[in-house]
Amino acid sequence: MAQLVRDSAIIKLTHGLNLKLLGSAPSLRLALPPSATFALKPVDVLGLEPIPRMLHQVGDTVLAGDPIFASKATPEVIFSAPVSGEIVEVRRGAKRAITEIVIEAGRHVDFRSFPKPRLESRDAIRQILLASGAWALLRQRPFNTFADPAVTPRDIFISCFDSAPLAPDSGFVMQGREEAFLAGLRALGALTAGNVHLGVAPNSIELFSRAGGAKVHTFDGPHPAGTVGVQIHHIAPIAKGDVVWTIKPQDVAIIGTLVTDGIFDARRTVALTGPELTRTGYVETRLGAAVAPFLIGNLKSERVRLISGNVLTGKKVQPVGHLGQFDDQFTVIEEGDQPEFLGWLLPSYPRPTLSRTFLSYFLSKREFAVNSNPHGEQRALVMTGEYERVVPMDLYPQHLIKAILFRDYDQMEGLGIYEVVEEDLALCEFACTSKQPVQRILREGLDWIRGEA
Amino acid sequence: MKVFRGLLDQAKPHFTKGGKLEKFHYAYDAFETFLFVPGDTCTEGTHIKDGIDLKRTMFTVVFALLPCLLFGIWNVGHQHFAAAGEFPALAAGFVEKLLLGLTVVLPMVVVAYSVGLGIEFAFAIFRDHPVNEGFLVTGMLIPLIMPPTVPLWMVGLATAFAVVIGKEAFGGTGMNILNVALVARVFLFFAYPPYMAGDNVWISGDPSRFVDGYSGATPLAVAYSGGLAALDKSYSLETMFWGAIPGSIGETSVAAIGLGALILIGTGIGSWRIMLSVILGAAATGLLFQVTGIRPYSGVPPHYHLVMGSVLFAAVFMATDPVTAAQTQPGKYVYGLLIGISGMVIRVLNPAYPEGWMLAILLMNVFAPLIDHGFISANMKRRNARALQ
Repeated sequence: MAQLVRDSAIIKLTHGLNLKLLGSAPSLRLALPPSATFALKPVDVLGLEPIPRMLHQVGDTVLAGDPIFASKATPEVIFSAPVSGEIVEVRRGAKRAITEIVIEAGRHVDFRSFPKPRLESRDAIRQILLASGAWALLRQRPFNTFADPAVTPRDIFISCFDSAPLAPDSGFVMQGREEAFLAGLRALGALTAGNVHLGVAPNSIELFSRAGGAKVHTFDGPHPAGTVGVQIHHIAPIAKGDVVWTIKPQDVAIIGTLVTDGIFDARRTVALTGPELTRTGYVETRLGAAVAPFLIGNLKSERVRLISGNVLTGKKVQPVGHLGQFDDQFTVIEEGDQPEFLGWLLPSYPRPTLSRTFLSYFLSKREFAVNSNPHGEQRALVMTGEYERVVPMDLYPQHLIKAILFRDYDQMEGLGIYEVVEEDLALCEFACTSKQPVQRILREGLDWIRGEA
Repeated sequence: MKVFRGLLDQAKPHFTKGGKLEKFHYAYDAFETFLFVPGDTCTEGTHIKDGIDLKRTMFTVVFALLPCLLFGIWNVGHQHFAAAGEFPALAAGFVEKLLLGLTVVLPMVVVAYSVGLGIEFAFAIFRDHPVNEGFLVTGMLIPLIMPPTVPLWMVGLATAFAVVIGKEAFGGTGMNILNVALVARVFLFFAYPPYMAGDNVWISGDPSRFVDGYSGATPLAVAYSGGLAALDKSYSLETMFWGAIPGSIGETSVAAIGLGALILIGTGIGSWRIMLSVILGAAATGLLFQVTGIRPYSGVPPHYHLVMGSVLFAAVFMATDPVTAAQTQPGKYVYGLLIGISGMVIRVLNPAYPEGWMLAILLMNVFAPLIDHGFISANMKRRNARALQ
C-alpha cells in the first residue's frame, strides 16, 4: 500500500450531526437515458447580475465550451455551454431575471477547441479558464461569489469529501479521473500565491493523498466536517481582506482535462438519492442536466419534492427542471403537507433529531425517511446552545445571526461573517427549535456587508 | 381526531380573510396548531427540519414540573392538617390532604393560566402575530413559587403585571430581559409584603385552628434566628430533603426537584451547567459563612443550606430559563456561580430579605448580557489574533 501523505495530524471535530437518511446511493452506475436538455442557471452564481449579458441567442447552435453569457460588471468572466446543441429557451423569473438558459443537446458532444496552455504559466492558465468558461467553477470566499479574476487568492481549498446527508462518495465519483484531477491540481497551484489545500476524510482514497504538491489535511467528524468553510477555519482562517478560492474535486478534474486536452468537458457524476426514489445510484451526465430521466419509473409517489443538491442546502426543482451549476447530487423526499394530530406531543413517525425529547435520538444507527414538514412554526429565538452544538468552529453562530438581524457591522465582522456561508450553518437551520431561516438571514447579512464594502 | 378536524374546519371560514372574526385569526390559529401540527412545507432554506419545536420544549418543562406540583399539592394539605394536629403522620389522611391541596393550588393554576394566556392572546390579536408558547411554562411556575395563603386576586394581578410589563413590553416571548415568573413574585413581594413573607403565610387555613404553639416557621426562619442548634430541634435533614415542610407550594421537596432536574437534563432542555454552577456557588458561599461563623445561620453547613428554602427550585427551574440566562456556554458557568453567591449573600447577610434567589436571579438576568459580552469579545479577540498570524 502506498504511503499516504498527511501534512498535519488528524483534526478531530465533535460538533455536528450526520443525518442518516434512507435512500443512499449504492456504488453503481445506473444506465439511464441521457438528458435531452441541459441548462445554465445564472441564479446559481452569486455576485452575478439578475440579467447577465447574453453572448448567444435562442436558436443559436453552440459547441461545448462556447460562451453563453457573461457578467456585466466583470466581462471577462463568461459562462459556457456544458454540451453542444441549440439554445431552445431562455426562462425568466421575477423582473425578467434570467433563471435558466436551456440547450437541447445533440446526439453527441462536439467540443470547442482551446489552445493548450504552457503548464505552470499563471497567465496562460488564467487565459484558458476564462476563455472556456471553466472559470465559473471557481468560487471565492468570503461571500461565495464567483472568483474575481483581478485578485490573486491567498490559498485554494478543496474539500475531498462531502459529509452532507446522502452525499456522493467522492472516492467512487473520482474513479477513472485521477490523471485529470492531478493535472487540475497542478494548474490551480499556479493560480495562487499560497497553497492548494485538500481536506480529506480519514478513510479517503489514495488519489487525494497523492496530492501532487497540495497540502493534505485530515478531518474526522460529523457533518459539517466536509464543508470547505469548516476546513478553511481549521487550516488557515479567512480574515478581513483575505480572498480564497474553493472548488469541488469533480470540477478540478474538468480543469485538468481542459489544460491537457484543450476542451471544456463538463462531466458530472451525479448521485441520485432519497427515500422516495425506487432506484438510487450514480449517473454519468454533465453540468446542468435535465432531471427528467432520473424520474422515469423511479418515483414512489406523486407528493414528492425534487431537490438539486442535498436536503440542507439544495434547491427545489420542477420535473422539467435542471440540476444546479455546482450540484452533484439529486435528492427526492416526500412533501410533508399533511397536518399531524398532536404531532408535537406524540410524533406519529420517527424522524432524525438532535433533541433527546425524542426516542429517535437514541436510534443513532437507523436511517430515516424524511419529509419537508418543518414540524412547528417560526418563533423568536428562545433556546441557546443549539446552533453551537452543530458548528465545529470557534464561532458563536446564534450571536452572529442576531448581529445580522440588527445590522451591527462591527459585530458581524468580529463574529466571523467572512468565515461562513450558508452551507456551513445549514445544520443550525435544521436544528433550530424556533425554525428561524438561518441560511437566508446569513445570505442577507453577507450581501449587505458586500454592499457596504 | 376527526372530531377535532371537523370542528376546526367548520370554524375556519369565520377566521380567515373575509370572515366576521378575521381579527381573531391568531386566536383560532393557537388552537388549531395546538391540536394539529400544520401541513406546511419548508419554503426556504433546509428542506427538512428537526422534530423539536417550542411547544414540545415547553411541554417537557411543564412535565418536569409535575413532581413539584403534585408533591406541593399534597404538602399544602399536609401542612394544613398537621398544624391543627390532625393527620400529623406523613402517611395519614393522604386523600384528605390531596383534596385540600387541590382546592388551594388548582384555583391558582387556573387563575395564572387564564390571566396570562388571556393577555397573551390579546397581544397576539392586537399585534397580529401567532400566540407564542412561552407562557405555557410561566403559568405553571407562578403558582409553584407562591405561598399557599396568597389571595387569588393577587395571583391574577401579579400575572398580569408580569406578562405585560415583564414580557410583552419588551416584545414578547424570546425578548424579555427578566424571568417572567420571578417578576410576578417580586411584584407581590414589594407590593404586598405581609402576604409573601413572615411566619404566617406558609400554612393554609385559619390560624386559630393551629395547635397551641405551632409555628408556621420555615426551616429558613428557624435557622436564621437559632442557627444549626435550633434547626436540628425542629426539622431533620431527612424531612427537609423529602419536603414535608412549610414553604412556597412547589419548592420544598428536594426529591421532586431532583426528579424534575433529571428530566430537564436527560432531555437536554435545561442547562446542567447553570444548575451545577448555582449549586456550587451557593454551597461554596454557605461553606464560607459556616467556617467564618457568621451570626445568622451560625453553624449551618452547606448541604443544609441547599435543602432549605428555594435554592434548588431556583437553580433547576428559574435560573435555567434560556431567554434570560447567559447565552454563551462559558457565560452560563459565570452566570450560575454569581447567582449562587449573591443569592446566598442575600439569604444570610441581608436582614430585610429572608430568601435571596428571586432577587439574585433577577439581578443576574440584568447582568447576563454583560457576561456574554465578555465572552463574545474574547471570541472576537481570538479571531483577530488568528488573522494577524
